[in-house]
Amino acid sequence: MKTEIAVVAAMTAATVLSRFLPFWVFKGGRSTPPFVEFLGKTLPYATIGLLVVYCLKSPISSVKTLLWEGGKGSPAAWGIPEIAAVAAVVLLHRWRKNALLSIGLGTAVYMVLIQLVF
Amino acid sequence: MSGNKRELRYAFPKTVPVMAGYLVLGAAYGILMTDSGFSPLWPVVISVIVYAGSLQYLGVSLMASAVNPVYGFLMSFMLNARHLFYGISMLDKYRDIKRFKPYLIFALTDETFSVLCGENPPAGMDRDKVYFWIAFLDHCYWVLGTALGALLGSLISFDTAGMDFVLTALFVVIFTGQWEEREGHPSALLGLSAAGICLLIFGPDNFIIPAMAVILAALAVVYGKKKG
Repeated sequence: MKTEIAVVAAMTAATVLSRFLPFWVFKGGRSTPPFVEFLGKTLPYATIGLLVVYCLKSPISSVKTLLWEGGKGSPAAWGIPEIAAVAAVVLLHRWRKNALLSIGLGTAVYMVLIQLVF
Repeated sequence: MSGNKRELRYAFPKTVPVMAGYLVLGAAYGILMTDSGFSPLWPVVISVIVYAGSLQYLGVSLMASAVNPVYGFLMSFMLNARHLFYGISMLDKYRDIKRFKPYLIFALTDETFSVLCGENPPAGMDRDKVYFWIAFLDHCYWVLGTALGALLGSLISFDTAGMDFVLTALFVVIFTGQWEEREGHPSALLGLSAAGICLLIFGPDNFIIPAMAVILAALAVVYGKKKG
């Protein structure tokens, strides 16, 4: 019990630190260094790109393994459901620009593909 | 509290994709914890105070194997390192937030960050309240999902496989939306390619920190060239 509480406390402290640190270091009163200001403008774009890859890390790694081994794999192992669903989301979003519609239909496409097709 | 309704009504639709994702992933976490022998109170309290999805999943094994808390802290911080990017990205946006600022920083998850970073409430609306509602609703979904999973996990019969794709779709939509703004293209491509290449080199468990380093180094080079 005591150990579990200590681990939860460590997880909480680490999360709070990772979220508050930039705000503590670059407090409003002091002027932010120009490089950090530049990062503030450019990082949001790069970070969302990083998150997209982060979410797709399993299919990407799976495709890499298949290519490495030069072997054959199922369509699911080649990331076909993810490719199709991401394409559906992008196309829908460029067409209708309705976030809920793109996300909802894209997820539905993915669920149908992995549950019923592949 | 009067005058909250408009902000809440504006904020809620923005959080619906997160709701779907958090209810499913929160429930999965609740089930995982109770299956590992913890009473439902544990996952619910952890979802309230830690509130970091991927870390909580890792935490199941950290807690089950009763690791040294110092090691647990370091592991947690490494896994959470991407939050540093969110903080730096939000410095400007949060600068003149008057109310709820500590909570808005505390609640800056991947999903809340991605919704807030492109969010500019229309004129006449109380921005602080809009941000607060988006962050708070997301937090509620996560805790609610956890509680549902912990208490009712064994009763779920609907096949939810693939529903967690909703969060991938959310990030893809935000990426597509940002793509409309031309000046962001180089940085967006940098994020995608640095993460992709580091994933191929370092594998799915260890690529985030090298990717962050590559992104920072590349932006430093661009900044240096711009200046000089």
